[in-house]
Amino acid sequence: MPSLHVNFAGIKSPNPFWLASAPPTNSGYQIMKAFDAGWGGAVWKTLGVPIVNVSSRYGSVNYRNSRMMGFNNIELISDRPLKDNLKEITEVKKRFPDHAVIASLMVQSKKEWHQIVQDVTNAGADGIELNFGCPHGMCERGMGSAVGQEPEVLKTIVGWVMEVAKIPVITKLTPNITDITQPALAAAEAGSDAISLINTIQSIVGVDIDDFTPYPKVDGKSTNGGYCGPAVKPIALNMLKNCAQHPGVKIPISGIGGVENWRDAVEFILLGATTVQVCTAVMHYGFGIIREMVAGLESYMEDKGFATINDFAGKALPKVVLWEDLNLKYKVVASIDASKCIGCQLCYTACEDGAHQAIGLTGGTDRKPYIIEENCVGCNLCSLVCPVEHCITMERRDDGLVNETWEHRTETGNIPTTFNDRLAGGLHHTLPDPMAALHVKKPRHYGTKKQS
Amino acid sequence: MPQYKKPMSNEEFNLNFAQIKPLMSDTEAYYESSRCLYCYDAPCITACPTGIDIPLFIRQINSKNEQGAAKTIYDSNIFGYACGKVCPTEVLCEGACVYNHSDVKPIEIGRLQSYATKKSIDSGKKHFNFKAPIGKKVAIIGAGPAGISCGAELSLHGVSVDIFEAREKPSGLTVYGVAPYKITNEEVLSEMEYLEAQYGFKIHYNKFINTRSEIEELQNAYDAIFLGIGLWRSSELGIPGEELDQVTGAVEFIEDLRMQKHQTQIGGKVIVLGGGNTAMDAASESCRMGAADVVIAYRRSHEEMGAYAFEYELAKAAGIRSLFNVMPVEIIGSTSVSAVRFVRTKVEDGKVTVIDGTEFTEPCDWVIKATGQSRQEDLLDMIGIGRSKSGNILVDGEYRTSHHKYFAAGDAVSGGQEVVNAVAEGKKAAKAILKNI
Repeated sequence: MPSLHVNFAGIKSPNPFWLASAPPTNSGYQIMKAFDAGWGGAVWKTLGVPIVNVSSRYGSVNYRNSRMMGFNNIELISDRPLKDNLKEITEVKKRFPDHAVIASLMVQSKKEWHQIVQDVTNAGADGIELNFGCPHGMCERGMGSAVGQEPEVLKTIVGWVMEVAKIPVITKLTPNITDITQPALAAAEAGSDAISLINTIQSIVGVDIDDFTPYPKVDGKSTNGGYCGPAVKPIALNMLKNCAQHPGVKIPISGIGGVENWRDAVEFILLGATTVQVCTAVMHYGFGIIREMVAGLESYMEDKGFATINDFAGKALPKVVLWEDLNLKYKVVASIDASKCIGCQLCYTACEDGAHQAIGLTGGTDRKPYIIEENCVGCNLCSLVCPVEHCITMERRDDGLVNETWEHRTETGNIPTTFNDRLAGGLHHTLPDPMAALHVKKPRHYGTKKQS
Repeated sequence: MPQYKKPMSNEEFNLNFAQIKPLMSDTEAYYESSRCLYCYDAPCITACPTGIDIPLFIRQINSKNEQGAAKTIYDSNIFGYACGKVCPTEVLCEGACVYNHSDVKPIEIGRLQSYATKKSIDSGKKHFNFKAPIGKKVAIIGAGPAGISCGAELSLHGVSVDIFEAREKPSGLTVYGVAPYKITNEEVLSEMEYLEAQYGFKIHYNKFINTRSEIEELQNAYDAIFLGIGLWRSSELGIPGEELDQVTGAVEFIEDLRMQKHQTQIGGKVIVLGGGNTAMDAASESCRMGAADVVIAYRRSHEEMGAYAFEYELAKAAGIRSLFNVMPVEIIGSTSVSAVRFVRTKVEDGKVTVIDGTEFTEPCDWVIKATGQSRQEDLLDMIGIGRSKSGNILVDGEYRTSHHKYFAAGDAVSGGQEVVNAVAEGKKAAKAILKNI
């Protein structure tokens, strides 16, 4: 049986699944319930300065029948008295000594930072997370993402914290920045024990097109919120990779952003995270999702023969390279399994209108399209739009013997220098005459329609 | 055996005849519309006799543009709501849905269609711009699907349209002849009201055109006349005992059922003669009216039945039994029917032949004849409209009959199809009339 146990920068946890600092970690009640359900750790909703919240606070991006594919909030940090939170931290640790309780903090002055770090340490927290990520409300007061966006300021504050910290310190980063490695590097240089990313992305989730107010609405007005949920996972994975690959960032990383099931967690771990933090999925489905996450991760590790999380942490990192290091000789083309094809012709129209006109129709009663291999650039689009599992696959066509990258070719002076150069890519593609677009046979309802 | 209790009130009737395609809620429509793949050159469009741009209207529902969806539907099919409910979607649009090929449930296109059009009917929203009057007048005989479809299209193009209807309600078979579990009277009539208000054609009710002078009047007053007269009464069997009480035609029985509801007379053991969709409807309806035993008797085999498989399944689920390869030779009884005498048959080279010495008697309390419908021969003879051997009105590619002033479409031409076919043909006929007046 693999062990899910982790030691994250000195913070021990029975599994790598932590609750992110957010509404689900607002109280001892919620965290006890979560630990009882099987969560390994929890980052307490940020403690700091007194605040006032608004109503309403959340907005959602629904995609067709999927709700909360993206989610945003304009809630601020904890609005509960500090002493209540500290008391509950102690209670939770007493009942769950082996689980990880991390206090998320956000204050302003050096004095306040020193005080609050000591307070939570005394309360029994296993670690501290510095909230330099919140991109709404708090940043207007010079905190949260306002700090995360200024590596020098971040470095100074991490330095203040490290002066007094006796427990591990995680610096939580904002994605609202061009290069995430700069604050990551600043945190590492200032002595932070770990980093966590990403916090939410500044966002407007939508606008009520009848009353012209964006969501969430507060008395006829709105403000930008922080975006999270499944939609942000790709952005989080990329930023995680950037930090994990950076030679100057050698500290552990807690991955955050759209983690909803065990597969998401594995992906974050493969790109270098050693714990993951979850919020939106819990706000959507409750703490019970941990059952699927733990079971899935365990069975994955067992199948792959991984004994611990560290056995596969970062395993995908060597496979992420610069574009110029990709093999230009690698060639795949699409292949349609006619026995699986249901004849929706989405691949045809996607390729025809959105790619390289490399799929044809027979025009008969058989609706099954075929690949025009000489036009196929191997872009994947058809296989992505195909609604049938394993119907369109990409098949390798090169012999696999030559690995030639843009970098190699640059080094050997083998790159195109003009558009007419025989080495230029586009020259070999077959393209229809532009006017043919107006004469091609179109189905009923597709052409310009006369208004009746 | 049927399991239905005889309905004693309208409420009980409605329970026994619960809608098999009930209206969708907003949530159901949203979720169902989300599933549509938006196929290229979608096969559902091709399968629809009226060619509705189905993926477009489903996408419009999904983006909460229900009025736009209704416009897309009405643009092709004026009976949008009714067709969503009464069309045999299993063999048309939904039968063509590509999901069928991947063992995924096809999109419920019919119900989505009714969902969208209901929004327009309820709001009364007018979708179309009408052409200025072109100074032409067309009379339409019969306010059924073909007639109304034709009339609406002509109105759109600036023609003044008068529709003459023999009965007191519009929509023909939709209100008088469709099984009540497919659509309610209220639903049919609310769509008709919506259409009439929008399209401005005038329907003259209880106006049975059947005299030479009436015909001449129409011919003098109008630039063209469209015959949307459909079919007529149930066909006679031509066997002894047909005149007995409690022997009725399926068309008459269903009309009675739709108008009288729970007060319709039927019960005990019912024998339904025929193997088409109307026979299935009549049998299924008899069960739902609380008949103790309902038997379909068809002169050919199960495989040769004209009824759609799903209609037969529906009737079986209601509790019917079936007798195949039997032909009625006599209806027995003193004042009312007490039995039907059958003879067994076999099919040789496609022809039904009687097997001698196989006669048997099946006792019953009611006989419903569902072996076809006759035509309004008198009227057609009076005008002088040419017909085929089977009695269908003959038309050319422009829907012209043998009489230069008359056009025709719908069941009177096809010999009996679905509502949606009549709607499609009625609209095409309107386009032809526009070219010819």
